Amino acid sequence: MTMENIFGFSISPSSTVNLDNVDLTLFNRLHELEPDAWKCMSCGSCTATCPAGNFSGMSLRKVLHALQRGKEKDAVKMLRCCMLCGKCSMVCPRGINTRHLILSICKLYKED
Amino acid sequence: MRERFLTGYNDFVLPFMIGMVFILTYCIIALIRIIGQLPKEDRRRFFISLITPKTLAKNIKDIFCDCLLHVKIWKRNKLLGYMHSSIAFGWFMLIVVGHIEVLLYTPHRAKLFYYPIFFRYFVAETETTMKGAVLFFLMDFFLLVVLSGIALAIIKRIRSKIFGMRRTTNPSFLDLVGLYSLWSIFPLRLLAEGFTADISGGSFLTKSLNYVFTSFLSDHANMLPSWWAYSCALGIFFCVLPFTRYMHIPSEILLIPLRNAGIKIRHARKGLAKAQVYSCPSCGLCIDACPMSVQKGNIKDTTVYLNRQIRRGNEVRIEEISDKCLLCGKCTAICPVGVEGDKLRIAQRSVRKYGLSPDYSSIDTASLAIDSRGKILYYAGCMTALTPSIRKAMESLLKKAGVEYELMDKDGGICCGRPMWMAGRFDQAKQMVEKNTGIIRNSGADTLLLSCPICYRIFKERYSLEGIRIVHHTEFIDSLISEGRLKIKRDPRKYVYHDPCELGRGSGIYEQPRNVLLRAGTLVEAAKNRKESICCGGSVGSLSLSFDKRKALTENALNNLTAASPDVIVTACPLCLSTFSRYADRKVEDIAETIDRNTSN
Ligand code: SF4
Ligand code: SF4
Ligand code: SF4
Ligand code: SF4
Ligand code: SF4
Repeated sequence: MTMENIFGFSISPSSTVNLDNVDLTLFNRLHELEPDAWKCMSCGSCTATCPAGNFSGMSLRKVLHALQRGKEKDAVKMLRCCMLCGKCSMVCPRGINTRHLILSICKLYKED
Repeated sequence: MRERFLTGYNDFVLPFMIGMVFILTYCIIALIRIIGQLPKEDRRRFFISLITPKTLAKNIKDIFCDCLLHVKIWKRNKLLGYMHSSIAFGWFMLIVVGHIEVLLYTPHRAKLFYYPIFFRYFVAETETTMKGAVLFFLMDFFLLVVLSGIALAIIKRIRSKIFGMRRTTNPSFLDLVGLYSLWSIFPLRLLAEGFTADISGGSFLTKSLNYVFTSFLSDHANMLPSWWAYSCALGIFFCVLPFTRYMHIPSEILLIPLRNAGIKIRHARKGLAKAQVYSCPSCGLCIDACPMSVQKGNIKDTTVYLNRQIRRGNEVRIEEISDKCLLCGKCTAICPVGVEGDKLRIAQRSVRKYGLSPDYSSIDTASLAIDSRGKILYYAGCMTALTPSIRKAMESLLKKAGVEYELMDKDGGICCGRPMWMAGRFDQAKQMVEKNTGIIRNSGADTLLLSCPICYRIFKERYSLEGIRIVHHTEFIDSLISEGRLKIKRDPRKYVYHDPCELGRGSGIYEQPRNVLLRAGTLVEAAKNRKESICCGGSVGSLSLSFDKRKALTENALNNLTAASPDVIVTACPLCLSTFSRYADRKVEDIAETIDRNTSN
């Protein structure tokens, strides 16, 4: 009998990100192109309006988070369904030009 | 008339001949290249259109009206129109009458290129006839016409405001060479013919000048240098022409039949795009027209500069200019030669390379399926989700009129694809188009009702939904009222209607919303309206204009709308509504809200 059967929950894999081991060259390139990449305050307004959220769990907030932490795979997966509709840019309280930011991410990062 | 020289030749014709041979060779090669660059089916279409009587007649008419008479410029500003047509048409007539003279008097010289141009040098008048007098008069008359045009052009360089233009472009160095050589051609011609008029004959202009000259310069030795100068001016003009904005003269003659053949831009730089770019004479009308130009820093991002940078191949600037534009389409609407600034920019955007390409194949449309057989399918659009008042008003109106409907995107749907299309990512946009087409077809609806003009445009242009009526709510409300299904009452308010870019210029809907508003209250017009309406500044067309940079554009658009001091600004687009609401000093609402308030049944 294993532990989880007794307590009803298991130990999830660690989600710790060691920023010392993360390669941020690409993100820094993105930041050069898009100074706004660090401007996001993770309010989540973009996510709340995003029509792609239903389909791929797209959340610009999470994408930026993931990229800042070097978790590019997660970001790329979410971005797959962005329709560039621009609703996020209309609600962002920080006035980030989200569509341009998304297009720049699409230019710099690659699918792997 | 008799010939003065047996050879019919003098060395001074050389500069002209060199220029002429050069420009002809250049144009023929350019013509073959552009036609070669067209996709196969377009090329076929083009050739067929050239032998179809209807398009052929239209080509001739358009070339005559646009290239020679400049009818479109006349409509904009009479003085500017006169300036253009006097130079173009006057010059054309000088060439035509010159050829007639040669054919009449020295038909054996007709094969010499230069003969009609320098006719007066080579002949001497033997007897005066009525026929000759008429031709001479015509020649002098058209020379005077051209000279008056040149005089206006010189004044325009110094004071462009008289011509109703606030801003014009700065000419490049070669443009200036072209400009000065063009300006000098006709005064030099007058001088040369003036010196020769006592031998070759002339009319009121050249003859009178000759009397003046002979009174103090009786020596015929002055004759040859002036003919040399005239020929040199022509030669220089022709030699620099391909590298200046004057290339628009031959390019436009190609652009008109291409356009009449119904050919579209298929490549960022080749074929039609190239013909358009070279047809731009840098008139600068698109600078004042562009809503971005209220900010000085954006002036260099207007269409005339896009054309210039594409000619120069300056990739960095091309990208900047293409990305900034709001794609409002106003430059395209007012351009007298038919450069499509918005479409050209989308084409530039479409050649970008991306590492990541969204892919919607994983989206399961089954969850979005809807049954609306016999009903109207209402797709409010994602922008409308941010302005729920529009949808609410529209639903209320549908209920009042007793229209049965289903919502297609109640819990969010797939974007119509137009914003993606504007970003130049056609493959992605097409995927969305396909998904939505499937949903609509399967719903069984016979009418698709839309509230967002951005959606409306792509549904009209890129979706194949034969058999399904696609309507914007402005049209729909208009038809409900005229069918008597909505009872509308007037209120004392003064309304102004803002033409959203995608609905007006984009889809040609101007009258229906006005019809509707006329019944709701007093309708006043904005200073610039309909085809010349000013973009709200919120357009998803611009990729790079940031939020704070748009404020000035919105304020300018608002000033335009409030010229006749209306109480309420009415629009028909969710994006315009939210953009204007941000900065307006009075009420802004959607037309559906206005009508919902004014109907009771
Ligand atoms: S542009 Fe992309 S991320 Fe932004 S709201 Fe639209 S689908 Fe979502
Ligand atoms: S709305 Fe703007 S600030 Fe808020 S999470 Fe999205 S990008 Fe960041
Ligand atoms: S694009 Fe059209 S309006 Fe603009 S300068 Fe050229 S010809 Fe004139
Ligand atoms: S489409 Fe509109 S914003 Fe873009 S250049 Fe033309 S006038 Fe300016
Ligand atoms: S055009 Fe705008 S409002 Fe219409 S579906 Fe696309 S993103 Fe949404």
